[in-house]
Amino acid sequence: MTARIGVVTFPGTLDDQDALRAARLAGAEPVSLWHRDKDLKQVDAVVLAGGFSYGDYLRAGAISRFSPVMETIIEQAKAGMPVLGICNGFQILTEAHLLPGAMLRNNHLHFICRDQKLRVENADTAWTVDYGQGQEIQVPLKNMDGRYVADERVLDELEAEGRVAFRYLDMNPNGSLRDIAGITNAAGNVVGLMPHPEHAVEPLIGTGRTDGLGFFTSILKKLVNA
Amino acid sequence: MARVVVDVMLKPEILDPQGQAVQRALPRLGFDGIADVRQGKRFELEVEGPVDEAALARIHEMAETFLANTVIEDFTVKVES
Repeated sequence: MTARIGVVTFPGTLDDQDALRAARLAGAEPVSLWHRDKDLKQVDAVVLAGGFSYGDYLRAGAISRFSPVMETIIEQAKAGMPVLGICNGFQILTEAHLLPGAMLRNNHLHFICRDQKLRVENADTAWTVDYGQGQEIQVPLKNMDGRYVADERVLDELEAEGRVAFRYLDMNPNGSLRDIAGITNAAGNVVGLMPHPEHAVEPLIGTGRTDGLGFFTSILKKLVNA
Repeated sequence: MARVVVDVMLKPEILDPQGQAVQRALPRLGFDGIADVRQGKRFELEVEGPVDEAALARIHEMAETFLANTVIEDFTVKVES
């Protein structure tokens, strides 16, 4: 049976269709989830896609975090279900305390959109097993609130436990502490990152690279072997 | 109806580029002598019923779980009559 990957749409989500498409291209069955439904339609994994849910009012991700669908996702994520938060999804995961730290306005106060190089620092999470440890990939980055912050104790803990999953290479686009682009929870099933792998899954689109597809093939491999 | 004000500020150790941008603009506009600016948020809550200890406790809980993200922000709650 094909793995079912759910993608949540909140009011203001923009990248849900790309995420669904990426899941399909990787060989999964894509399933649309609606923020007001508690029901996850028996998906095996969930992607929280990018965008500006609730217009980023209050704080990016702060209002979405209390949606009915998130109640179920938080419960299931704690029980081991794989969850990937991309950009606004990452912000939602920190607001939900499924991942530590917080996301703040970029240090230069500009919206940024560029092709960004990353290093895969942890190829052992549910969403990264198809990458090599230390592999360098390039995917689009676009955000306004991408500056990852946490206190020194949390940062040291993340480093010591190998939970910094992705780091920015060549340049730090937003002032994220320790060049952190993405992190994972201790169990490795919840991953959040600012750049957008779902926009780099087809050779005909963008820079022609398909470096982002590995996230979606990783989760399939993980679910099949589970 | 009583008004309760919740002020939310970034913690002192968190870089506030918005505040810095404002501060840098001040001398250009002829406002000298401001060493630092930090930008925060103010919520004005119109509360139904009496603002007793229980109501304040609920507002405190609201501020802690929703209005402020205590990973990066501090908040204060005060009653304005």
